[in-house]
Amino acid sequence: MTGKPPTLGRAVDRGLAPFRGRRAASLLPRTRLGGPVPWVIAIMVALCVLAAGGALALSNLAASARGDLAGSATVQIIEADNDLRAEQARRIAGLLREDPAVTGLRMVPESEVAALLEPWLGSGEAVDAVPLPALIDLELAAEVDEDALAELETRIAAYAPSARIDSQETWLAPVLDALRTLQFMALSLIGLLAFAGVAAVWLAARNALGGNRDTIEIVHLLGGSDAQIASVFQRSILLDAIAGGLLGLVLGAGAIALLANRFAALDSGMVAAGSLSAIDWVILAMVPLFAVVIAVYTARMTVLASLRKML
Amino acid sequence: MSAKESAIVQFDNVGLRYGTEREVLSNISFTLFPGRFYFLTGASGAGKTSLLKLLYLAQRPSRGGMRMFGTDVITMPRDELPGFRRRMGVVFQDFRLVDHLSAFDNVALPLRVSGVRERDLAGPVNDMLDWVGLGHRADARPATLSGGEQQRVAIARAVIARPEILVADEPTGNVDPEMALKLIRLFEALNRLGTTVVVATHDYQLIRKVPESLIMRLDKGTLSDPTGALRYPPKRAPSGVEA
Repeated sequence: MTGKPPTLGRAVDRGLAPFRGRRAASLLPRTRLGGPVPWVIAIMVALCVLAAGGALALSNLAASARGDLAGSATVQIIEADNDLRAEQARRIAGLLREDPAVTGLRMVPESEVAALLEPWLGSGEAVDAVPLPALIDLELAAEVDEDALAELETRIAAYAPSARIDSQETWLAPVLDALRTLQFMALSLIGLLAFAGVAAVWLAARNALGGNRDTIEIVHLLGGSDAQIASVFQRSILLDAIAGGLLGLVLGAGAIALLANRFAALDSGMVAAGSLSAIDWVILAMVPLFAVVIAVYTARMTVLASLRKML
Repeated sequence: MSAKESAIVQFDNVGLRYGTEREVLSNISFTLFPGRFYFLTGASGAGKTSLLKLLYLAQRPSRGGMRMFGTDVITMPRDELPGFRRRMGVVFQDFRLVDHLSAFDNVALPLRVSGVRERDLAGPVNDMLDWVGLGHRADARPATLSGGEQQRVAIARAVIARPEILVADEPTGNVDPEMALKLIRLFEALNRLGTTVVVATHDYQLIRKVPESLIMRLDKGTLSDPTGALRYPPKRAPSGVEA
């Protein structure tokens, strides 16, 4: 040991390689940042996928309902006298056919009206005595708004004072409002989960920093930069986040598939309209990717903020 | 060339206090020149470790000016400090080896931080471990090494990147006299290669072993200059220094 110290050649001066990746990761014992973090991220991602899936399904449902009912209305003629009601319906249909606001028209057969009301009124001779309203389904031109409908209603009132026009969008409005509220709640839930995820990563990173303070100080004093040290933590949280994100995606997607299966068994047209498209599934698959990005960015910012307090 | 230009370290009226306590270092002014061997002496609690912390940029002074390698390090942006630290080697009093890394990885750490490629690491690190007599313990964790072996790993880590200045805090405090002498010879060998060496010790027997050394003595946070080490330019010390 008393001879000349060995020379390094020019190893230090040439061939610089960034201090990151596996060679930097060895600075932290693997278990320090591990532990509950992947599981917390998995739970967050699973819940986010579920909430996002719900929001997308509701969005599809609302879009489908709006598309089906947009530009349509129903004329309802209430008249106890069957003959008079039929006459009023015929004359109103004639008027509407010539109106440029109406692009399509269908007289709803009385049998169809009776079938619609059967769940409430039942069937049989007693029911036959109940006067049913005459219904005319309308398809309206795109530019027709509520004012135009009110004007149309005034015109048909000349033929049948008790006739009225119901825009189907109007009665659907409360349903759409409810769907929008549910969507908002789902998106809020995603926001809260993202916040909780950030907080969990922040705590984990600070805990890991505290547990490795000596190592960090040594690396600092040996000339390690903040970015180099942060990259060590980033790599650690990256691996945890990828593992947790994939597990969460599998759990969330599995839960959605199970729910979809159960709802499909209801055989309801409205529920079927809320099924997820391929693009929706791609969006859901992006959730863990966002979780990984948020986790890594949070870890980096947390570590850098702590390191800035050191000299 | 002026003294300021050739100085590797220059302290100007530096004071250091921790929190609101009284100053542990007061009015410290000195200049270190390249290629010299300095001893920093003083009783326990005199402020040697605090002064060394300022030297290896682990602490900012509470007041005064500090220049290193010709640059004002007080006003220097924080992100430029790592570059300066890489030009120094530090042997800590308590070694400060990374527990979960092998002796090889501990010694390789400064090179990795500096960006030396893995394929260029093995040769120099193994040579350095051989040089400190620990080639056969390259895979050993610090916990399995004796105090003297840990000390040598710490020294190997401090010198592996060929620092311009080596700062050692009580490097012989945990080893027997024979090993202490070996360590001092090792520092002398480095010094002959051009590295400025600053060794903090209160062992005057050890100081006498390096007759060419210059002495800085700390007493209750104030620096004295028994061998003219702090003069501009410094005067070479005569052999042997009385305590």
